Amino acid sequence: MAAAVFQGFGASTALSLSKSFDSKRVKLPFGRSLSERRASFVVVGSDGRVVLDSSRARKLVTNAVATKGDSAAATSASKPGHELLLFEALQEGLEEEMERDPLVCVMGEDVGHYGGSYKVTKGLATKYGDLRVLDTPIAENSFTGMGIGAAMTGLRPIVEGMNMGFLLLAYNQISNNCGMLHYTSGGQFKIPIVIRGPGGVGRQLGAEHSQRLESYFQSIPGIQMVACSTPYNAKGLMKAAIRSDNPVILFEHVLLYNLKERIPDEEYVLSLEEAEMVRPGEHVTILTYSRMRYHVMQAAKTLVNKGYDPEVIDIRSLKPFDLYTIGNSVKKTHRVLIVEECMRTGGIGASLTAAINENFHDYLDAPIVCLSSQDVPTPYAGTLEEWTVVQPGQIVTAVEQLCK
Amino acid sequence: MALSRAASSPSRAALLKPLAAAISSSLFRRSISTDTTPITVETSVPFTAHRCEAPSRTVETTAEELVGFFRTMALMRRAEIAADSLYKAKLIRGFCHLYDGQEAVAIGMEAAITKKDCIITAYRDHCIYLGRGGTLLDVFAELMGRQAGCSKGKGGSMHFYKKDAGFYGGHGIVGAQIPLGIGLAFAQKYKKDESVSFALYGDGAANQGQLFEALNMAALWDLPAILVCENNHYGMGTAEWRAAKSPAYYKRGDYVPGLKVDGMDALAVKQACKFAKEHALKNGPIILEMDTYRYHGHSMSDPGSTYRTRDEISGVRQERDPIERIRKLVLSLDLATEKELKDIEKEVRKEVDDAIAQAKESPMPDPSELFTNVYVKGYGVESFGADRKEVRAVLP
Repeated sequence: MAAAVFQGFGASTALSLSKSFDSKRVKLPFGRSLSERRASFVVVGSDGRVVLDSSRARKLVTNAVATKGDSAAATSASKPGHELLLFEALQEGLEEEMERDPLVCVMGEDVGHYGGSYKVTKGLATKYGDLRVLDTPIAENSFTGMGIGAAMTGLRPIVEGMNMGFLLLAYNQISNNCGMLHYTSGGQFKIPIVIRGPGGVGRQLGAEHSQRLESYFQSIPGIQMVACSTPYNAKGLMKAAIRSDNPVILFEHVLLYNLKERIPDEEYVLSLEEAEMVRPGEHVTILTYSRMRYHVMQAAKTLVNKGYDPEVIDIRSLKPFDLYTIGNSVKKTHRVLIVEECMRTGGIGASLTAAINENFHDYLDAPIVCLSSQDVPTPYAGTLEEWTVVQPGQIVTAVEQLCK
Repeated sequence: MALSRAASSPSRAALLKPLAAAISSSLFRRSISTDTTPITVETSVPFTAHRCEAPSRTVETTAEELVGFFRTMALMRRAEIAADSLYKAKLIRGFCHLYDGQEAVAIGMEAAITKKDCIITAYRDHCIYLGRGGTLLDVFAELMGRQAGCSKGKGGSMHFYKKDAGFYGGHGIVGAQIPLGIGLAFAQKYKKDESVSFALYGDGAANQGQLFEALNMAALWDLPAILVCENNHYGMGTAEWRAAKSPAYYKRGDYVPGLKVDGMDALAVKQACKFAKEHALKNGPIILEMDTYRYHGHSMSDPGSTYRTRDEISGVRQERDPIERIRKLVLSLDLATEKELKDIEKEVRKEVDDAIAQAKESPMPDPSELFTNVYVKGYGVESFGADRKEVRAVLP
C-alpha cells in the first residue's frame, strides 16, 4: 500500500516536471526505475528541445558527488577538469549561456563596470556591452519588474540582487508578476527569468543583510527555487536555471563564494529538481542545503568516528522538493534530520517536515528532527551570530538522540 | 582645552610658523573657543534654488562655533580613520561605511537644529551619531560588537540609534529610511511640537521609488520634513551620471522646493539647514542637496579606486576638504594659532585612542542576548533552541 502511494506520488511529481519544461515535445519516462532516473539528467535547450543524455550523465553525476573528501578525486577520475572558485564557476556558467544564446542578459547593481560585488559578472560587460550587462540604479522593485517585463517578450534576463535581502523590495514583482503571469494569462506568457543573489548568515553583515529568504519565497506558486553549494553544482544550476522557461530563484551564500573545486571541462547542465547524494549511508538521512551542507559534513566526520553512518543529501531544489531521492533515502534509513539555515518558523525545513510526514509516514521510525536558525534578527556580534545558526556540535547531538 | 599662555616665551615664538609668530607678537589676541561675538562669513559658493528663494550667502557664526566645528570634524575624521585601521585589523567585521570627507554635512546640520529635531540616515551613520551626542566609546564598542555599544553589539556599523537625542538610525536597506523619516515628520506634526525631521539619503538612493512616494505624501500633508540628499556622486560603485538621468537631485522634487548646497562648507550647510527648518515649519517639505564627497570607497570592502581616479580623490582633498577650510578660516580670522589647532588634533587623536582601548576591554555580549529585545518585555513568548528540546527560553 505504501509502495503504491509512493509510486503514485512519484508519477505525479514527474508529471509536474514535464509541465515545468513547458514544451509538448518533452516526454519524461515515467516508468523508469529510480536508480536509472537518478543517473540521468535532462538537458533542455531554450527552444524546448530535450536531450536525455544518460551516457554522458552517468560519468558526471554519480561519480562527482560522493563524499566531500572524494569529490575532487572522483571528478578528475572521469576527465581532468579545471580548478576554480565558486564565483568563477557561476561566471563560467553565465558566460557560456550568454555565448550560446544572445537573448540572455544580466541586470543588477554594479554588475557591469564594477564587475559585480561578488565578482560573478566580472569581465562580462567589456565582452558583451553595457546593454547586455546592465548597471541599474538602486531601484530593486523597478529593475526586477523591468526584467520580468522583458522576459514576457522572450528575453532571458538574469536579475542579480546584490544581497538577497534587497529583493524584499521587489517582492511584489516576484510574487505577483513573476510567479503568476504564466497562470493568469492562460499560458500565453513565459517568464524565463533567473533571480539570483547571495544571502545567508556569516560575514557579520548585520540583521538586514543576513536574511534567509527561502522561506519568504517558497509559497509563491509558479516559481522554482534552487540553492547551490559547490562550484560544480553552482555552474550546473546556473546553466539549468537560465535554460529553464520558468522563473527560477537561485540562492547563493555569502560564505561559499571562495570554495575551490575541480569541475569538468566539458559542458554539463544539472537538473533543477534533483537533489544531490553527498554521502550514502544507512542509519539516518540528513537533509540539508547551501552552507549547512558543510556543517553537516563536518558533523558527519565526528559521527563516523562515533560509529554512525549518516546519509547526507543536499536537497538543492527548494521548490519543488525532490521527493524521489528523499523518499528513497527515508525508505532505507527510517530516520530524518533536517539541517538548514532558514528560519525555524515557516522555513524550508518546516515545509519539508510536513511533506515527508505526509508522504512517508509509514517509513519513519522516529519523529523528524529539524534544526534551523533561531527566529531572531541576525545580531552583529560574532559570538551571537554563531549562535544564530546551527553548529556541527548540535547536529551530532541531534543524530545521537535520533538514533537512540 | 585652555591654552596656557604662560608658556609665551621667545622659544615658543621660534617654534611657530611666521604667520602665527606675527600674530603672537600683536598685543591682544582673542582666546580660542570662548568668544561668542558674532562673525559674519560669506560662503564661497552661492546656493542654487528650485521653487524657493535661496538664503543669503552671509552666515553668522562665532569664534567658539568655528573652533568647535574644527574640533568636532577633526574628531569625526580621526574616528573614521581609526575605524579603517580597526577593520583592517579584523576587529570590525561585516560592512563598514566611512564618512570621511562628508563631515561638514553632519556638523553644519547639528549647528542649525536642536536635539528635539529628528535625524534619520542610512548606513553611513557613525559621524551623524557622534554629532547627535553619541560618545566615541559607544561607537567603537558597537563597531567591535561589544556590550558597551549603542545597540549592545547586536546592531553593528549600520545600526546606530540614539532615541534621547532624536537620532533614528542607522539603516541598511538603501532608501528605506526615507519613508521612516516622513513618518517622524508626521508624528511631529501630529503632536504639534514645532520640530522638524531630517531624512538623509544618498545620490544612489535618490533613484528609489519610495523616495518619490514619501515626497508626495509629505507635500500633500505639509509635513515638516527636510530631505537631505548627500550627493557624493557615486552610488556604491556607479557614478551618478550612469545611474540618474537627472543628477540635479534638488530639482527632483518637482513640486517640492529644493536647494543645492556646497556640502563641503560647514557654514553653508548650517545656513541651508536653518533656512530649511524655517521653511519646513511653515510650508512643508523641502529637499536639500549637499554636494559632498567621500574619500573612502563605498564601504571597507570597496577600494574606491576602480570607478574613480586617485587624482580625483586627491584633488578634492586638496581643494575642498571641509576641515582644511575651517582651519584656513580660523587662521585667517585670527581665532587660533596653527599650533593650537594642531594641539586640538593631537587631543582628539588621544581621545579616539583612549576610547578604542576602552572599547576593546568591553566584553562580548552574553549568549542569552540572542533572544532579548525580539519582542518588548512581557510577552512571555517561548523560543526553542535548534533542536526544539534542549534549549527552551522564554523571550524576555
